[in-house]
Amino acid sequence: MGMTMTQKILAAHAGLDKVEAGQLIEADLDLVLGNDITSPVAIKEMEKMKVNGVFDKEKIALVPDHFVPNKDIRSAEHCKCVREFAYRNEITNYFEVGEMGIEHALLPEKGLTVAGDVIIGADSHTCTYGALGAFSTGVGSTDMAAGMATGKAWFKVPGAIKFNIVGKLPRWVSGKDVILHIIGMIGVDGALYKSMEFTGEGIKSLSMDDRFTIANMAIEAGGKNGIFPVDDLAVEYIKEHSKKPYTVYEADTDAVYDEEYTIDLSTLRPTIAFPHLPENTKTIDDITEDIKIDQVVIGSCTNGRLDDLRIAAEVFKGRHVKKGIRCIIIPATQAIYMQAMEEGLLKTFIEAGAVVSTPTCGPCLGGYMGILAEGERCVSTTNRNFVGRMGHVKSEIYLASPAVAAASAIKGKISCPCRL
Amino acid sequence: MQVVRMLCRQKNKKLTKGRMEEYMKSAKGTVFKYGDNVDTDVIIPARYLNSSDPAELATHCMEDIDKDFVLNVKKGDIIVADKNFGCGSSREHAPIAIKAAGISCVIAETFARIFYRNSINIGLPIIECPEASKGIEAGDEVEVDFDSGIITNLTKGTEFKGQAFPEFMQKIIDSEGLINYINNK
Repeated sequence: MGMTMTQKILAAHAGLDKVEAGQLIEADLDLVLGNDITSPVAIKEMEKMKVNGVFDKEKIALVPDHFVPNKDIRSAEHCKCVREFAYRNEITNYFEVGEMGIEHALLPEKGLTVAGDVIIGADSHTCTYGALGAFSTGVGSTDMAAGMATGKAWFKVPGAIKFNIVGKLPRWVSGKDVILHIIGMIGVDGALYKSMEFTGEGIKSLSMDDRFTIANMAIEAGGKNGIFPVDDLAVEYIKEHSKKPYTVYEADTDAVYDEEYTIDLSTLRPTIAFPHLPENTKTIDDITEDIKIDQVVIGSCTNGRLDDLRIAAEVFKGRHVKKGIRCIIIPATQAIYMQAMEEGLLKTFIEAGAVVSTPTCGPCLGGYMGILAEGERCVSTTNRNFVGRMGHVKSEIYLASPAVAAASAIKGKISCPCRL
Repeated sequence: MQVVRMLCRQKNKKLTKGRMEEYMKSAKGTVFKYGDNVDTDVIIPARYLNSSDPAELATHCMEDIDKDFVLNVKKGDIIVADKNFGCGSSREHAPIAIKAAGISCVIAETFARIFYRNSINIGLPIIECPEASKGIEAGDEVEVDFDSGIITNLTKGTEFKGQAFPEFMQKIIDSEGLINYINNK
């Protein structure tokens, strides 16, 4: 009985020839990540440990991104705690405002996550790095503390669901629609405790940004991780961004999967998740009534990358946000921001009547920069539409791709570029 | 979500060390019952995450789905839920808030993975038991024996067996969390 791609990476990091689903192992960590919400709790926990500092100052990344630039005094205190810890422990990869970006867009861009790595992060969307063929998973602050101190973490080896990707995406359909389609199909606990392993000839047509978006939302199906094979495009990305050595693992041909699905990209349509769960999906064709909206957010660790901004700008070019609608666009990192500026995307956004913000997670989790009032509706390229996630408990979030979000901002109701 | 005002039995134990150990081996309290997919955003909304103080987080616990929870919860009470409890954000503030609110145990049909891990790591007792999740209603008096995994519904006179933890996780629980476990190794 062979191993899945995830199982092979875990076995190698546990010093074992073979692991199987359900087995408890202790694995060496290549990177431990935290942000301004989760790190202060981890730092407090680490102080209770009988250790002198961190296991490796090069293998820890601290990215204050949720409530920064500091939204209030108490957030400022949290950031100060993280900053002082970083300086005290000489953490190489601490990212201050100015170099900071949304963690899951920033770390691949900085070359800190490569194929074959085992990465834990005290942020549920740490699963994003599976796009590069790494095993990466979200944990809590105590696991982060233990990881920073010992360089190890315990895992239950996951079983897996295989998604065989075939075909090619139609116009205006992107990675976001792929993952929303999958979550709609298997449910928000459809991959509970499991790996989501993507494979098949259709992957070559997916851009790296599409793959990051898909892996990012594995957690929204309950998955432990989402992972892609390392093809030429992934290798090209890794070489362009990183000097770290990387290892390519492939699933055994006789690997065992709990379930298998085939996803034909050519059949997918712009897909929207209705309140209040990411599994409540409808395609644009299923929406017959007018769903009027108040706000649009384009950004986040899910959809704040360059591909996302390019497609939004393509939709906004020569058009205008409908009067009365607030449209907030948040490039995920400084490099993305700069590139968007050089390509004229920011000009397009501002001319269209959108606002463009410094990188932050802000509105996605109802922190700041776009909180919703009672009864308001938002089309958002973020990842969760839970009750109260972006503000008032009686507000509503509709999750969608950047193309759908931009078109919706223009029409003032849920729409898509094909209807403009 | 079904919400019930309960007649709570206050545990007025003075917790000397010996009695603390006795307390940790079992839980007894009144049940707050919730449905599927209770996410960590409703357990502790992000607008309160500019604090990491357990007592303060506890004052907002469950606020967005059950405003009465913090008014009615008493030390020792038990949360029982259906599928995928604790899904979403990895914020450890969620189990911290539940524990600091006085909840002695969370029973669910299934737990989201990160919440499950976090609870074990901070020493919040949790038990997966689909039968108990179906057989317990809001307001029931329930007793849980952590050693045997036996869940007794005292109100209805029924009994359920929760899944035992693997030995390794039990050791973390016995150490009252991951940090103590590592320190003791």
